[in-house]
Amino acid sequence: MRNVSLYPGFLSLVSISLTACVTINIYFPAAAAEKAADKIIEEVWQLDDAEKNGQGAEETHSDNQPTY
Amino acid sequence: MNKLFSCLILLVILLSLPLATHARGANIEINTPAITKLKQSMQQRHGQLASHYASGAIGLTGDGLIAMRDANVLPLAQRQPVNALIAAENQDRNALYQEIASANNHPEWEKDIRATFSQRWISLAKSGWWYQAANGAWAKK
Repeated sequence: MRNVSLYPGFLSLVSISLTACVTINIYFPAAAAEKAADKIIEEVWQLDDAEKNGQGAEETHSDNQPTY
Repeated sequence: MNKLFSCLILLVILLSLPLATHARGANIEINTPAITKLKQSMQQRHGQLASHYASGAIGLTGDGLIAMRDANVLPLAQRQPVNALIAAENQDRNALYQEIASANNHPEWEKDIRATFSQRWISLAKSGWWYQAANGAWAKK
């Protein structure tokens, strides 16, 4: 059977991807949390674009940062 | 030939894995029904709270909540209702921080999320609103 030779590969793939997720997510993603907080606060306080000028530039930069 | 083929597939998948996990790790999930509900409840309440932030009766605390800063600016009859608003708002805020942490499968992030929110509430507050500085003293923005 062709599939049999794929099993070890898939098993190691699953175990590696599980460990990868755990190691990466242990660190608190501060930049993403800040963005999420801003989004919620802007909705709750109903801030217009005029009132949050300056915030936008900061946010787009954090997107491109190669974090971990 | 078969083995070579499966090795090749595995290699390609393994190489693309860091990209997928990176994108996943860098995001914070905030689109759950519970979070949306809390947001709506807080947005509605904000209509009643806004004037009290501006008058200085209520201030933003250093732990991501709100508190009565100066009850003297309120008429006696209003103090109790405003206290009730503060309690309800803080209940929603605590639930929000907890919900975000558990929506991201990291309940232990609650403290970090609270700290992040605390900073951002104060940063986005309008000028004239009061907040608690790092030393615990009230300051006017």
